[in-house]
Amino acid sequence: MWAYILRRLAYNVPVYLSILLLVMLALRVRDPVFGRLPKNATTADIAQKRVELGIDRPFHQQFGSQLKQVATATFDEISWDYPGQTVGEVMSRCIGPSLSITLPSLVLTTLFSITVALISAWFRGRALDKGLVFVAVLGMSVSFLVYIIFGQYYGAYKLNEWLGYDVFAIYYNPEVSNAGWGEFFTSVWPRYYLLPVLISVVVAMGYDTRFYRAVMVEESARDYIVTATAKGASQSRIMFIHMLKNAMIPIITRVVITIPFLITGSFLLESYFGIPGMGNQLIVAVESGDFPIVQSFTAVFAAVYIASNLLTDVLYALVDPRVRLS
Amino acid sequence: MSTTTTQSSEAKTTTRELALSVQNLTTSFRSDRGLVTAVSNVSFDLFKGEALGLVGESGCGKSVTSKSLMRLLPEHVTRYGSDSKVMLGSDNVMKYSNREMRKIRGNRIAMIFQEPMTALNPVFTIGWQLDEALRHHTKLNRADRRKRVVELLDMVEIPNPDKRYGEYPHQLSGGMRQRVVIAMALACEPEILIADEPTTALDVTIQAQILRLMNDLRERTGTAILLITHDLGVVAQTCDRVVVMYAGQVVEQASVGDLFHNPSHPYTRALLQSIPRSGKKEKGKRLATIDGIVPSLLDMPKACRFAERCDCRQPQCDVEMPELVNFSGDRSVRCHFPVHK
Repeated sequence: MWAYILRRLAYNVPVYLSILLLVMLALRVRDPVFGRLPKNATTADIAQKRVELGIDRPFHQQFGSQLKQVATATFDEISWDYPGQTVGEVMSRCIGPSLSITLPSLVLTTLFSITVALISAWFRGRALDKGLVFVAVLGMSVSFLVYIIFGQYYGAYKLNEWLGYDVFAIYYNPEVSNAGWGEFFTSVWPRYYLLPVLISVVVAMGYDTRFYRAVMVEESARDYIVTATAKGASQSRIMFIHMLKNAMIPIITRVVITIPFLITGSFLLESYFGIPGMGNQLIVAVESGDFPIVQSFTAVFAAVYIASNLLTDVLYALVDPRVRLS
Repeated sequence: MSTTTTQSSEAKTTTRELALSVQNLTTSFRSDRGLVTAVSNVSFDLFKGEALGLVGESGCGKSVTSKSLMRLLPEHVTRYGSDSKVMLGSDNVMKYSNREMRKIRGNRIAMIFQEPMTALNPVFTIGWQLDEALRHHTKLNRADRRKRVVELLDMVEIPNPDKRYGEYPHQLSGGMRQRVVIAMALACEPEILIADEPTTALDVTIQAQILRLMNDLRERTGTAILLITHDLGVVAQTCDRVVVMYAGQVVEQASVGDLFHNPSHPYTRALLQSIPRSGKKEKGKRLATIDGIVPSLLDMPKACRFAERCDCRQPQCDVEMPELVNFSGDRSVRCHFPVHK
């Protein structure tokens, strides 16, 4: 298995280098210097700014220094938008807020939708199943933005009015960024993050439930289900042990595919709730042309993406005895 | 309709002990085009230690009958007749709750399936799957269960049972998987073993081994076997008595000797004629077939269901449904004009 993992990693080296190269080339379509100088800047100012930003060097040198940062995983280049802060510092500042939304969302969505899908598949064709499918399709058909706007209106405004007490905040307060762990879990997270998490769970539930239901329906028609029933196994045992283990491959695929997006964060939620996460930061950096941030963020995303693809294969081999990595 | 048969065969066979008695089993399915009756008023008895063959062509209701006995059909679309009874001892299994049903499944009644390739769960070891039956129905501890599983694997002649315990179904051949399925069915020494086309998916040499294995077990443990098959050769080799089904009904019931040497129902005769034979006399002859097709479940004739395809058809056959009539001993026939020899 280790040989397989190493070989797969080796295959991905050229892919990864191409990603780094393409991102750097694409960024350089626009000269970043002009956005960072006043209108009446002289040629000397421009040349000096180039030196300051380090883009006076030939391209292969710039690529080389980026490669060195990636290879050593020390993102110590200084951000152009935040003078005095390294890219690594910006990243570690943004990752927490992003994960505070994406991680609970993924866990809750997966657990809920698998449970609902199991129930739906078990009552396949009956009123309960039809009702659940209807709700799932309805949920999928409504735009993300509608959930955010209604969520903010009812969750962060109407609810507070009814209760006479502020449960959810409508917008992030930068002062709470320095809260300690205890304070974070007891007051910051429920107040600033729980609402976006709930919205994101509701949005994802429709898609996930339908997907998992299809998987479960397929499994529930298999012969081994009848064999297990004839053995005297109970319905819940058949669903949660026999069926679920067989359904693990599609479940793992779906969950692991979303791992890279845990890191990238949800741009929509972060910007509507003002949460200083990775998604929000990346968009700001792309707009202002902050090369160090864009280059290093994408380098990290790409690495996580490749790693999670590999993780999928390894997990397949762990849950399905028929899969062998070689 | 055929309760007379049941009673008379019971009276006739006082020395034999009843294992399972099926009375007026009617199984229907809810479908988009209304209630479809796949099995109507099927009655037969199964005695301890005997092998009873249930034969008929595809779609005649054999498998539905066998699955009905263990109530393995999807509950929300299946309806059983209100007077349908499956008597296990003095209990009617049809009246059992799901919980009571679970207690007899795999314990007192067990089943072997047609497709060994798909009947086992691909992601659990065969040891684990065999163990499951014991875990549900016995109080043995883990170590004793393991010992018993290895014993079972050995009993169904799987080499290296200790090593095979930890293997997965895909590591076994079709014949071996079917043995595992058999071992699983026999784990709790059931009184009744229902084998639904147990050898259809296997090649001929493996078929013979599996049949021999089932016969050995019957002799050793006294388990009653209900063998569902469309293969009359298998029936002749293994069964004591035969029930012939056509279009969801029992059309003839007899001992194997009587049925093969002296078939009464025109359908049974036609079935026997359509078995390929070898020998000089048969050379160059075309194989006999039964013309026509089985009537659709959605459009079942009110009169004799076989009339369409019968060579002895009389006007009465298109008007009146024949009753299943008991003749002599174990024989009953559903025909207005049965053949007597």
